[in-house]
Amino acid sequence: MAAQNQNDKKTTSSEEVLSPNTPSSMNLSPIDLGQIEVLQILNEHGEVDKGLEPKLTDEILLNTYRAMVLGRAFDSRMMTMQRQGRMGTFAPNFGQEACIIGQVTSLTKDDWFAPSYRSFGAQIMRGWPLEHLMRLWAGFHDGFPPPKDVNDLPFSIVIGSHVLPAVGIGMGMNYKKKKDCVVVNYGDGASSQGAVSEALNFAAVYKAPVVFVCENNGWAISTPTKKQSANQTFAAHGIAHGIPCIRVDGNDILAMMCATKEATNRARNGEGPTLIEAITYRMSLHTTADDPTVYRNEDEVKVWEARCPIKRFETYLTNKGLLDISSIQKTHESCEEEVIVARDKFYGMDPADPTEIFDHLYESVPKELQLQREEYLRRLRDKGIDQ
Amino acid sequence: MSKLTMVEALNLAMDQEMARDKNVCLMGEDIGVNGGVFRTTKDLQKTHGEERVMDTPLAECGIVGTAVGMAVYGVRPVVEIQFSGFTMQAFDQIEQNMARLRNRTRGKYTVPMVLRTPYGGGIRAVEHHSESREAYWAHTPGLKVVVPSGPRNARALLAASIRDNDPVIFYEPKAVYRAFREEVPEEPETMELGKAEIVREGKDITLITYGAMMRPCKEAVLDLAEDHNIDVELIDLLTISPMDTETLAESVQKTGHCVIVNEGQRNCGVAAEIIARLNEAAFDCLEAPIKRITGFDVPFPYFQIEEHFLPESEEIVSAVKETLDWQ
Repeated sequence: MAAQNQNDKKTTSSEEVLSPNTPSSMNLSPIDLGQIEVLQILNEHGEVDKGLEPKLTDEILLNTYRAMVLGRAFDSRMMTMQRQGRMGTFAPNFGQEACIIGQVTSLTKDDWFAPSYRSFGAQIMRGWPLEHLMRLWAGFHDGFPPPKDVNDLPFSIVIGSHVLPAVGIGMGMNYKKKKDCVVVNYGDGASSQGAVSEALNFAAVYKAPVVFVCENNGWAISTPTKKQSANQTFAAHGIAHGIPCIRVDGNDILAMMCATKEATNRARNGEGPTLIEAITYRMSLHTTADDPTVYRNEDEVKVWEARCPIKRFETYLTNKGLLDISSIQKTHESCEEEVIVARDKFYGMDPADPTEIFDHLYESVPKELQLQREEYLRRLRDKGIDQ
Repeated sequence: MSKLTMVEALNLAMDQEMARDKNVCLMGEDIGVNGGVFRTTKDLQKTHGEERVMDTPLAECGIVGTAVGMAVYGVRPVVEIQFSGFTMQAFDQIEQNMARLRNRTRGKYTVPMVLRTPYGGGIRAVEHHSESREAYWAHTPGLKVVVPSGPRNARALLAASIRDNDPVIFYEPKAVYRAFREEVPEEPETMELGKAEIVREGKDITLITYGAMMRPCKEAVLDLAEDHNIDVELIDLLTISPMDTETLAESVQKTGHCVIVNEGQRNCGVAAEIIARLNEAAFDCLEAPIKRITGFDVPFPYFQIEEHFLPESEEIVSAVKETLDWQ
């Protein structure tokens, strides 16, 4: 019908012929990457931009500070345990605490969080017991399911594979007319995955209540961002998909909290997705199986040591009169103690049950798997393993 | 009762399941206004609305991945991938999430979704439109793989798949879509997944097949009965995974002979798996080696020559006779 009408017209504009189902005006101006907003509230010296400083309660500020310190204490202890041979390969969060924790501070229990594997600071804040996370990284199946009442996806291992399901959860929220939202994080490396582009597109098309946090930490194992993408502004992926986007200093906890808060508000109000590119740095190893001295210059790491997210937040809270040397020390000590208690709990937990591998694949175990289970149990008996 | 094609029967199943459960939704390319490229979802958007019959962007991985998330959140998506050859784009999400999220979370999250897709040759389609790769999905732990063969079982199996709490790959034999009509009851009907059906009882030899290959097999069974006085037991597998080994083994224990027909490639295919299972479960009853007629281990040929690639009834007749004559 539309084509017929156009043929009837004497003068048909080229846009209408090219694209009959879009509005008649065609915007040919190029995308201006300079339009992407940049946010920093707390600079690397801990000085606050008074005009942007959020009004957060002392309790929230101190809880967030403690979560960052706890995240780092957990990180250090995990590293020790791994080097002692008592922990599996794991991905440290060291140096990214502001970025990781700041993205979940505005979430409620009904919201969802879909993390990549470098996210335990946020998982702790979402309610994962420390010993549960230790169990997970130590190779126990029962470490994977989120605790009761925690709406998180288990972290993804295949890079970027969780971003589409996270968008699907957001689409489910729209389907069920809920006012909740999803935060999903991924890295500069994952930005190269086709599935991540598809996820951004689906979220935009369906106005899914999703906050994408692209943690640009400079490195995907040994691949620097300059080899990852010709466009070093990962927030620009938002422009390409029609998603509002912002670049945030990912080592500035206040900026991360504010940007995420605004994005979750948009999501809850039915305004759709937001993309936050958080600029941070992977201070430590990719995983404990990695040796960064092979591929990166330690001078680069030193530059980022000066931008430590915890130190700058400590300076800010000290200047505000909320912390002093003694309370800083106490916080570090109590976090260390909490981690040690969790570690001992973890050491005291049951060994892995080898008999349960068939139990969770289907709602009920099909006949053929029942037979395989019997075969497997015979194998265990032959090896002298008690069941 | 009315006489429906498979396309109409599938449409009926989706329409009724959507009316029964408001969480059932449809997702796919061109399934809404257009009713799907095969018109399987014709008028369903008119009946159930745009929010429940979703025309998606053109990205198979995106469709499956977001459907997984919807399913985790308690929606029950029925996804259409236009042609089974295009499911390869979604392999990532099928393997990483659809199939294993329940297992990864030890049952905390389930993925109650169905991935419908037309498979197989015989409709003179362009390249990448005629694949039969059900063996991939049967090889993937966590999926159920269902293949109907006619309008009535297509309707009942699709309804059962939609109600199932596990993820189902629902392979629709597109050569059968409009090939014939069958009586399909108006009232909702389901069939248990994981059960093979003995379509015709016989005493001489067991013929196992599924999907579009049921038609040449049925022709062969008639020829064998009329011209050669051979009494074939014909089994329709219906569910590839989990496989109903018991029904297959019981039949072969009775007949002592077996021929398997599948359209997909031979190497590590469904026929190979059935032979291995029968070796374990019925070896001492076998009076001859089991024969298989399958697609060859080459990409599905372009349509000028596809009829030579697809197994036909004459070949099945010969294979049955050779198996019975073996000594």
